Amino acid sequence: MSVIIILILASLGVGLLFLGAFIWSVRSGQYEDTVTPAMRILADEPAETFSETKSKDKST
Amino acid sequence: MNVETFKYDNRIVRAFAIATIIWGIVGMSVGMLAAVELFYPGMNLNVQFMTFGRIRPLHTNAVIFAFVGNGMFMGIYYSLQRLCKARMFSDFISWFHFWGWQSIIVAAAVTLPLGYTTSKEYAELEWPIKIAIAVVWVAFTVNLLGTILKRREKHMYVAIWFYIATALTVAVLHVTNSMTMPAGWFKSYSMYAGVQDALVQWWYGHNAVAFFLTTPYLGLMYYFLPKAANRPIFSYRLSIIHFWALIFIYIWAGPHHLLYTALPDWAQSLGMVFSLMLIAPSWGGMLNGLLTLRGAWDKVRSDPVLKFMVVAITAYGMATLEGPVLAIKTVNSLSHYTDWTIAHVHSGALGWNGFLTFSMLYYLFPRLYKTELWSTKLANWHFWTGLLGIVFYVIPIYVAGITEGLMWKQFNKDGFLQYPNFLETIVQVVPMFELRAVGGTLYIAGVFMMTYNLYRTAKAGEFEPETEAQAAPLEKTPAVVHGEPSWHRLLEGKPVLFTVLAVVAILIGGIVEVVPMYLVRENVPTISSVKPYTPLEVLGRDIYIREGCLGCHSQMIRPFRSETERYGEYSKAGEFIYDHPFLWGSERKGPDLAREGGKYPDAWHYNHMDDPRATSPGSIMPRYPWLLTQDMEVDGLPWKLCALRRVGVPYPAGFENGPAQKSLKKQAAEIVSELKDGGVDTDPNKEIIALIAYLQRLGVDIKSAPEEASANN
Repeated sequence: MSVIIILILASLGVGLLFLGAFIWSVRSGQYEDTVTPAMRILADEPAETFSETKSKDKST
Repeated sequence: MNVETFKYDNRIVRAFAIATIIWGIVGMSVGMLAAVELFYPGMNLNVQFMTFGRIRPLHTNAVIFAFVGNGMFMGIYYSLQRLCKARMFSDFISWFHFWGWQSIIVAAAVTLPLGYTTSKEYAELEWPIKIAIAVVWVAFTVNLLGTILKRREKHMYVAIWFYIATALTVAVLHVTNSMTMPAGWFKSYSMYAGVQDALVQWWYGHNAVAFFLTTPYLGLMYYFLPKAANRPIFSYRLSIIHFWALIFIYIWAGPHHLLYTALPDWAQSLGMVFSLMLIAPSWGGMLNGLLTLRGAWDKVRSDPVLKFMVVAITAYGMATLEGPVLAIKTVNSLSHYTDWTIAHVHSGALGWNGFLTFSMLYYLFPRLYKTELWSTKLANWHFWTGLLGIVFYVIPIYVAGITEGLMWKQFNKDGFLQYPNFLETIVQVVPMFELRAVGGTLYIAGVFMMTYNLYRTAKAGEFEPETEAQAAPLEKTPAVVHGEPSWHRLLEGKPVLFTVLAVVAILIGGIVEVVPMYLVRENVPTISSVKPYTPLEVLGRDIYIREGCLGCHSQMIRPFRSETERYGEYSKAGEFIYDHPFLWGSERKGPDLAREGGKYPDAWHYNHMDDPRATSPGSIMPRYPWLLTQDMEVDGLPWKLCALRRVGVPYPAGFENGPAQKSLKKQAAEIVSELKDGGVDTDPNKEIIALIAYLQRLGVDIKSAPEEASANN
């Protein structure tokens, strides 16, 4: 059953990797704002929607 | 502020979208073929490349890695650029990724029907293709991380985290499970044996579901659902908790695929507990998705994109409730090996992955082609046909699964099995298999409607190869300020990211180094009567693998009275130490074969392979007449024996140069004379001889030493 050690190490490795990423994300202020990111993705395209006009108006 | 203008690459998104549709149709059609073969075994037209055993892995690989895989890349390449406010890191890598992935799929579609398979579920492709997968996957990961590094938006939206988790974890899983010893160009043996191989395989198998079918699609949900509904996700905070909780719990749940097998009990319990814990983050994510639509349900009525998404998210919720329930040992004792598992994966695959992919396609085509969807009505037709297809698929198969489980376990009042003949239980559910094919037909019909609709949409619009966008760059990191902002300089500026990549590299390197040496030493016999397979049996076992017998026949008797009564002594870990790879299987469409050896005379096997219905009327097994006429491949034997020796099977030195061939001839001659006694005349060099040798060997080692076997109980 020794292979389980490899799997635990691999799983722990992945887990620690993500723990590191988590700590980085908290420290670097990724989660200081948990409201605007959800809004911001909605505005990443030009306001004109695809159906209203086919004009090439790309001014953002 | 210094605003930069740049262009999003839409060509690559379109390429992946088209590939998604094409492979979706192919993969599902192959699934249909497999479904029909289960109630009409002649459906393979007696062509060996079309038997259920060879077609099933083609179906699973095509829908998982070709359909969902391309769908995932389509969604990621579209959303990542917009979330990062940056073009993909490298156009060259994008196209290398695209064509590399498609070549791998084509290679799979050619090799699997030819019988080149490792037999490990969802990892069947042989070693040269495995290496190609690793290379292409690394290219994708570099493209992904590179784009994130050059992003113009400081905050990494939650979807990006899901993408990162996918890329990194799939790499680790793939490498760990692909440790294999080549024995020729398209043949290899797993480095792990028996229980160890099973554990690695299902650690991989479960996490492939988690990190290939779930995390990327959750990321896509967090992008495309708010976009389609034009409102922010219900709770961004919850989405962050969803991500981190899911990532940390998911990777420990794998052993729930091996409940009541020869795996140590504590590992089984660990898997079960973590599986149960998964309900919390999964349902958090599902509710977050559905609640996003609060106050917007009127849009769901009119917008097909949202309709598909609602069903997808609901299916995700159902599958992630059912999964933990199936991981409870008591439930699993009934459900394992039955069609319940098939119903479970299809409610997830057809509902969650399928419908979310369709919703993304309906969302993307009008945007890529700067027009409206050609027909909303046809999309609605697709929706209802597809939904009906799911219902007609899963309900009969749930019924079939529970029927099988109950019938296998039923004792009569005298304490004997109520249905001692396995065939009785399978004949009972054949009508359910037929209904399932109806469901599948409806589902595919929907996909054809979508294909036509999207084709007309593309025809009506004008493709926009690149979308222009503007954003301010991020403040530069000090490392980049002095000197060239090379790729590595960028990495140095991000110590955490650098560490992450280093750890991945070390992990992979470490596994490659350590695994073979470590495990070979571990494979010492614990049951002295268990001996390596003879050369003829090795060839027979390879035929068993080639034909995909394990798609329908398990080789793992669980310690239940209903199983030991039916099949014999339950399986012990020590019996499998020479099994490279393990062949426990996960499905019983036919009886377990772990104790098949000696149950029937050789001639019975011969006639049964020629026409299963001649010996077992009503059987749904296909005919294997080619085994009776094809010569076995003895030329590759030395290669095979050497490879097996290298992974720890103790064949004596020089065995492959002479003694092995002699032993093979001797054993084949014995079987031929046995067959003659049974009224069958055949040559000793036919494949059937090797297969019979292997089947007659199954489970007999332990019978030859009864005292020892019972001492080990």
